[in-house]
Amino acid sequence: MTTTEQPAANDTSDAPATEPETQPHPAMTSRYGIETRAVHAGTPPEPITGARNVPIYQTTAYVFEDADHAASLFDLQTFGYIYSRITNPTVSALEARVASLEGGRGAVAVASGHAAQLIAFYTLMEPGDHFVASRFLYGGSLTQFSHTFPRLGWQGSLVDPRDEAAVRAAITPRTKLIFTESLANPGGLVVDLEMLARIARDHGIPLVVDNTLASPYLCRPFEWGADIVIHSMTKFLGGHGTSMGGIVVESGRFDWSVDGKFPGLSQPDPAYHGLTFHETFGDFGFTMKARAVALRDLGPALSPTNAFNILTGIETLPLRMERHVSNALQVARFLESHPSVAWVSYAGLESSPSYQLAQHYLPLGAGSVFTFGLTGGYQAGVRLVEGVNLWSHLANVGDTRSLVIHPASTTHRQLTDEQRTAAGAGNDVIRLSVGIETVADLIADLDQALALT
Amino acid sequence: MVSPLQIIDADPSLACDPADACAVPGQAGSYTEEALAGILRRARTVAMVGASPNWNRPSYFVMKYLQRKGFRVIPVNPVAVGKTILGEPVVADLHDISEPVDVVDIFRKPEAVPGIVDAAIDIGAKVVWMQLGIHHDAAAATAEAAGLTVIQDRCMKIEYGRLSGELAWSGINGDIISSRRARILA
Repeated sequence: MTTTEQPAANDTSDAPATEPETQPHPAMTSRYGIETRAVHAGTPPEPITGARNVPIYQTTAYVFEDADHAASLFDLQTFGYIYSRITNPTVSALEARVASLEGGRGAVAVASGHAAQLIAFYTLMEPGDHFVASRFLYGGSLTQFSHTFPRLGWQGSLVDPRDEAAVRAAITPRTKLIFTESLANPGGLVVDLEMLARIARDHGIPLVVDNTLASPYLCRPFEWGADIVIHSMTKFLGGHGTSMGGIVVESGRFDWSVDGKFPGLSQPDPAYHGLTFHETFGDFGFTMKARAVALRDLGPALSPTNAFNILTGIETLPLRMERHVSNALQVARFLESHPSVAWVSYAGLESSPSYQLAQHYLPLGAGSVFTFGLTGGYQAGVRLVEGVNLWSHLANVGDTRSLVIHPASTTHRQLTDEQRTAAGAGNDVIRLSVGIETVADLIADLDQALALT
Repeated sequence: MVSPLQIIDADPSLACDPADACAVPGQAGSYTEEALAGILRRARTVAMVGASPNWNRPSYFVMKYLQRKGFRVIPVNPVAVGKTILGEPVVADLHDISEPVDVVDIFRKPEAVPGIVDAAIDIGAKVVWMQLGIHHDAAAATAEAAGLTVIQDRCMKIEYGRLSGELAWSGINGDIISSRRARILA
């Protein structure tokens, strides 16, 4: 609870003069290592029974202690549970854990990565507002941003995030955020997060980073100046291809009240009885608003069972990511030397234009999702995905199982040829998500399928 | 009404003397969990300076939460004298409180802090707590020299919520990790 009290007629409490921040604070640090937090953060023993693992609270609602307790909960004056569309103990445990792994202050978990993007944008954008986004994004995000968000009154400019001048030029007085993936899906592009954070800071707007493909084990965007991190937890966090989920994490460092750009956070909110979220909840004001208004009213709640599955997956995130990246590098090196392969775009290879940035932002490994091009073009792509036996031909990434897809005929098929090429998903492109199996088996299966192309 | 001592990880070693140095060495503005938990565990009566009768002001949120946790909260606000806030009559000044005060919780701008600190010393308060966004190092030094414990730029509600585990119910990261079973104190 902050004390930026606005004087009322009957009230002597008043606002402290605070200087606007020009430099980012350091990200939240922990006394514990990331492997410890992956296992423990957010999940102390259940106090009544002592259950050591977090129970699946498969309940829609929670009994109030009395009428006053109910009123306090509805007014957000006390912490507690009302209805599982807004909060659920299993989901809260997951939120606290992912916030901890990212070095963030708070998080809101939702039903999918797409829902996470919707909740984050809805909390920051008014109709008529504008955003600047990387044009190298997951195809589903490009479709959401290009077709669905404009129907809500949010116009976006898609730019090359490597081009500082282009990013700066795209910003308008109505621009409310810059959006990028830390490690782009599927092109393997590593984005210069510090450069984008500097641009965002110069314009008083937050840098929002989709960190799905890196995972907080490989990259923590808050350490490089990002303000909000988004995940599709369906991918590496959950890690086993069992459960959909998304999350929005807040760094706690952005000053939402400095210049009136974010009235939904800095002004009394009519959707919540005149409550001013940033003033009242301080460094987790964004998280509270995203939950109490966006999640409450748009409704994409995460099921507690999915939250449990994802929590269990996260416990092995560091171990899995180590194997994912070592397998990915070996598969990428194999492909790079194969005559049917025209090119390999993996930021962990010295040949990649992103190699230096990957060494800087992803020193433990450049993830395990990348693309390569077949000399045989579109038809060779179809023959490859139909020829593999161990690799699964499906539209997902970040599973323990190795996955393969031909984006031009699937995930990116709703885009124009021009947009596909711009997004790094041209007709000759194959996307891999390298799993944690025996790497020799993965290479042997690709080798026999490449012989069919 | 539950005890205000329902802090997770009720290790007796956490109940340190709040007069012990609170600051983490080398980290200005950082306080150990032990020191914060010690204050919250010992305190019974909180004088809230700048308490607002308006239900959607932050001070009202904090007062309501602390009351629910068993604290006696006395609102101090000269403009609101004659009113009651959450059942408690508002007093004009710390000197108008007749009972012992453990914590003076300050919801006022930094310029007002020195006068409040002088009054807190005068009435024998044990702790001066400045809410989030409030710093006054000189006044803090005065209070510490008089033997008071000082917390700056923290919220009593958020710290109670963090140390009790309740803050995590809202998906907030309090960096609390423990495999001990919380002791429920009735």
